[in-house]
Amino acid sequence: MDDTMATAMALLAATLRLGTPLILAALAGLFSERSGVVDIGLEGKMLAAAFAAAAAAAETGSAWVGLTAGISVSIAIAMVHGYACITHNGNQVVSGTALNILLVGLTSTLAQAWYRQGGQTPALPDGARFRPIALPLSDALVGVPIVGPLWSTLISGHNLLVYVAILAVPLTAFVIYRTRFGLRLRAVGENPYAVDTAGISVAAMRYQALIVGGALCGIAGAYLSTAQGAAFIREMSAGKGFLALAALIFGKWRPLPTLLACLLFAFADALQARLQSVSLPGVGVVPVQLIQALPYILTVLLLAGFVGKAIAPKAIGIPYTKEK
Amino acid sequence: MTAGPTEAPRWVGLVLLPVVNLVAAFALAGLVALALNESPIQLMHVLFFGAFGTLESVGFTLYYTTSFIFAGLAVAVAFHCGLFNIGGEGQAYIGGLGVGLVCLAFDTLPFIVVLPLALLAAMGFGAAWAYVPGWLQAKRGSHVVITTIMFNFIAAALMTYLLVDVLIKPGQSSPETREFAQGVWLPLAHDWLTAIGIPMPRSPLNLSFVFALAAAALVWVFIWHTRWGYELRAVGLNEEAAVYAGISPSRQIIVAMAISGGLAGLVGINEILGVHHRLLLGFPAGYGFIGIAVALMGRNHPVGVCLAALLFGALFQGGSEISFEMRNLNREMVVVIEGLVILFCGALENLFRPRLEALFRRRRAAAAA
Repeated sequence: MDDTMATAMALLAATLRLGTPLILAALAGLFSERSGVVDIGLEGKMLAAAFAAAAAAAETGSAWVGLTAGISVSIAIAMVHGYACITHNGNQVVSGTALNILLVGLTSTLAQAWYRQGGQTPALPDGARFRPIALPLSDALVGVPIVGPLWSTLISGHNLLVYVAILAVPLTAFVIYRTRFGLRLRAVGENPYAVDTAGISVAAMRYQALIVGGALCGIAGAYLSTAQGAAFIREMSAGKGFLALAALIFGKWRPLPTLLACLLFAFADALQARLQSVSLPGVGVVPVQLIQALPYILTVLLLAGFVGKAIAPKAIGIPYTKEK
Repeated sequence: MTAGPTEAPRWVGLVLLPVVNLVAAFALAGLVALALNESPIQLMHVLFFGAFGTLESVGFTLYYTTSFIFAGLAVAVAFHCGLFNIGGEGQAYIGGLGVGLVCLAFDTLPFIVVLPLALLAAMGFGAAWAYVPGWLQAKRGSHVVITTIMFNFIAAALMTYLLVDVLIKPGQSSPETREFAQGVWLPLAHDWLTAIGIPMPRSPLNLSFVFALAAAALVWVFIWHTRWGYELRAVGLNEEAAVYAGISPSRQIIVAMAISGGLAGLVGINEILGVHHRLLLGFPAGYGFIGIAVALMGRNHPVGVCLAALLFGALFQGGSEISFEMRNLNREMVVVIEGLVILFCGALENLFRPRLEALFRRRRAAAAA
């Protein structure tokens, strides 16, 4: 019994760790897309932030400098996206695609030129990373049934950024639904004309949304290379930006359901690592690839309206041109 | 105001603008090189001679060009219907699966029988993989950009499963099928050219190049000289107007996606039947995404697509020389250039266009006055 509990807690703890970058990136996408700007470029921003954070942390020996670098770079890229899509009414999907490709090339090029380790950055010492934090009492409670594993394995012992990601969800919900900024943000994504008529700049609102999204994506990237991992590895975002996008759609562009979608996808990921070539009673061996593809299949089914209905922000993807 | 020509000449949009965007993209790439203590001039030199310096390199360049023509045409056809097919990568992968299955099943038959089957399978499998997102867009309103991205991942998972668990050659650890019988391989260009007395070194350039040019010609005829192409463009330009003209947008969307996927699937002919002669993991190698750059750069016109594909073919081949010639750069630099080209030719197309067009409008107006 204790064993099952421990395994379950370890599985859920892994879900949290794998879900963190998804949650942060999906929330980044939420801000951007709720303001009406499609954000295909989550993947690229996360990758660039991972590289910047790892490089800065390696140079300075400080995880915090790394995090700051990751956030700054990610915001800068979001501003390029904004310049193309908001200022010049460019196609948002094309811009995101361009940035994704550009950043795969740029991070590898810079990593190779600066460090010559096959596209990696030097391995970070513990001091330059975000290390697991033991919450109070986690040692004392280990032996206690139920509460022990729950507190010591699941809740305690993650690094700071995991807690940041979890806290970012209620914070995002509060900002989106309970503040003036959030109201305007949602309005600009649903009906920019009305917002403009009210004397609020559509472009300024969308730029602000992109800055918030850039910052969140920057944390997601820094998490990959300075918390979960200990270096930047070529293409280390490995589709997580797209998975986050899928979670955002699966969560219907709302914070709490998006969190649940991220955790579901992360759980599938944690599970498939443990299910490799394990035969399930009555099912047989489930191909790992099926579990890996599951988030994408689910998202397609959702988009098709077979599992609930995803209603996107109305003005999403449409450049706003002021009537002259 | 006197009546005067108010439009800029066509060549401004068709030729000058892509060139200006390309120069901007290369200029930024040059800055990256400069920042890494490398000479941009040398970079261009390495790229150019790496791509065209020897007959062998020309062969490689044209081999890459072949795949990029297919991928670019795929994106272009969808664009004409107002759709952004970002799923060329997955469609090429599944198209290659079709080619592989045909060859594994029938490679004892003569080449002349297998080739048409393989072509049909490449197009059919690719078209089927794009048909589903097309159908979902047309009938259920699921955005094709998102569904095609998802289908890329699903295709990758499916192919990994098939190659690791099902189609793998028994008794081997690398996830590949057995090699097809030599009789069904596509003829290589150097064999033919050497046979007729033109000495040509070995390269992967094969008969698919001719298919690619033929596909470009067929796409041109289809888009501008058939009723179907007209209807497809009508939906792309103005869906509501098309409805009043008696055209069914949902039908056109599905047709456009299927054709687009079919073209992307043909990448599998060049790669699987032309070069690798077996099915293997990850063979589309990002070519589907390069198709986006190629279509944007080529302004969705088959001639433009072929020229842009040649440019990217040259970049790809020239890029393989970078790491031999330059200490601080490697072929990833080509990916940087690819991203910048998409950025300038696609997302930032409104950066130079209004200014350039205004300039030429003024000149025309002045000339007319």
